[in-house]
Amino acid sequence: MKSLFEHGPSLRTRLLLALTVAGSLMFLDHRLQTMQPVRSFLSTAIAPVQYLAVLPEEVMDRLVYLATTRSALREDNQQLRDELLELQMAVQRLNFLENENARLRQLLDSEVRAASRRMVAEVVAVATDPFSHQVVINKGYANGVYEGQPVLDNRGIVGQIMSVGRSTARVLLISDQSHGISLRAERNDIRVIAQGVGDLNRLELSFIPHSTKLQEGDVLVSSGLGEVFPEGYPVAQIASIDRDERLQYARVVAVPFAQLDRIRTLLLLWPADATETPVFDDEVSDVD
Amino acid sequence: MWIKSGLVPLLVSYVIALVLMVMPIPALFEPWRPDWVALVVLYWLIAIPHRVGFGTVLIIGLLTDILMGTTFGIYATALVVMAYPAIRHFQRIRNYSLTQQLLVVGVLILIKRVLVYQLEHLLNDAVFNWPYLYPVLSSAVIWPWVFLILRRYRRRHLIR
Repeated sequence: MKSLFEHGPSLRTRLLLALTVAGSLMFLDHRLQTMQPVRSFLSTAIAPVQYLAVLPEEVMDRLVYLATTRSALREDNQQLRDELLELQMAVQRLNFLENENARLRQLLDSEVRAASRRMVAEVVAVATDPFSHQVVINKGYANGVYEGQPVLDNRGIVGQIMSVGRSTARVLLISDQSHGISLRAERNDIRVIAQGVGDLNRLELSFIPHSTKLQEGDVLVSSGLGEVFPEGYPVAQIASIDRDERLQYARVVAVPFAQLDRIRTLLLLWPADATETPVFDDEVSDVD
Repeated sequence: MWIKSGLVPLLVSYVIALVLMVMPIPALFEPWRPDWVALVVLYWLIAIPHRVGFGTVLIIGLLTDILMGTTFGIYATALVVMAYPAIRHFQRIRNYSLTQQLLVVGVLILIKRVLVYQLEHLLNDAVFNWPYLYPVLSSAVIWPWVFLILRRYRRRHLIR
């Protein structure tokens, strides 16, 4: 404790000063959108904090891995082999169908769909603010990641990249309140827009008339409109339809396929027409 | 000599608070995660207000903004507003019992979170949901332990 009496400017002046600084930064960022370079630099600078945050989990994983017995590993290996065999057979069939589809499309003079490129990324941090559903992944512009890039997991679409640092990038999840995605019902091609509501296990479809032909259990896939997400990836399944006539539109709730509350490994997608290209770290995957 | 005693332990405590804020935890406990950054900042504001002031609070707030991916300045503004009553009345709060302090801390964190919600609502059309206020309770409940642990930490590392 130095002195009972204050030196320098009064407390209220300092409060006003601090609020002015914070307020002008808010204005610069939100209204003028001039803070992107600063944001990019600072998120690179603060990346160690995010790596520290996942460290305990990684150590735990490591310990669990070291503690697995030989027989468990052998069993696991056998199971994976079986799975691989099954998938390879499925891929053979898929290759044939893809070629046939391309040939038929050529016959009809429509554009042949080109293949997209993929990269695996790990989640290194989650933003826990319920007003912004985001995760941070361990790939950045050094790997060719760009803003607006689609992000998937093994079940369906997870979200899109919203800002990129050098070795990290931020993914906006489809459940975020500011995120909407254009979808299509797989059964009857009805186009809908699914809006995030800030709940990881819920999307709401907006502007659905009461007379809609949608049913509970319908699978919704991405429609390819909006030019962010490629066409045909599964996104959500309709859980309930509330046709309350007092409301202007039917309330339709869908549940995302991707388990947004427990994502660990994600897939970055470069559509065929993207100008950026993936840059792979030539690292051996760390399974020693 | 401008590096005062215990600068490194002080910075380490901030880093630990930031790490705890973004650390992945099971989804069940997620809504109840205490507001670590606010708790640690409040402790230092009450314990060494001649050293930790609006400048520190502003920087911590901006780092929080970066980590959370929110618009720059939202958390900074909320933390600064929350810090004002703490700095203004630090001598009174210091002499409260832990139970009374717990209530004060709860109210301050409530102010902070309501302000964050209001700003998010104004700027990004956020929609209110009750789980957002659960951390007010969990932070208030955990305050006595944070206080005691940080006091021991401060005395051991001679942070004055």
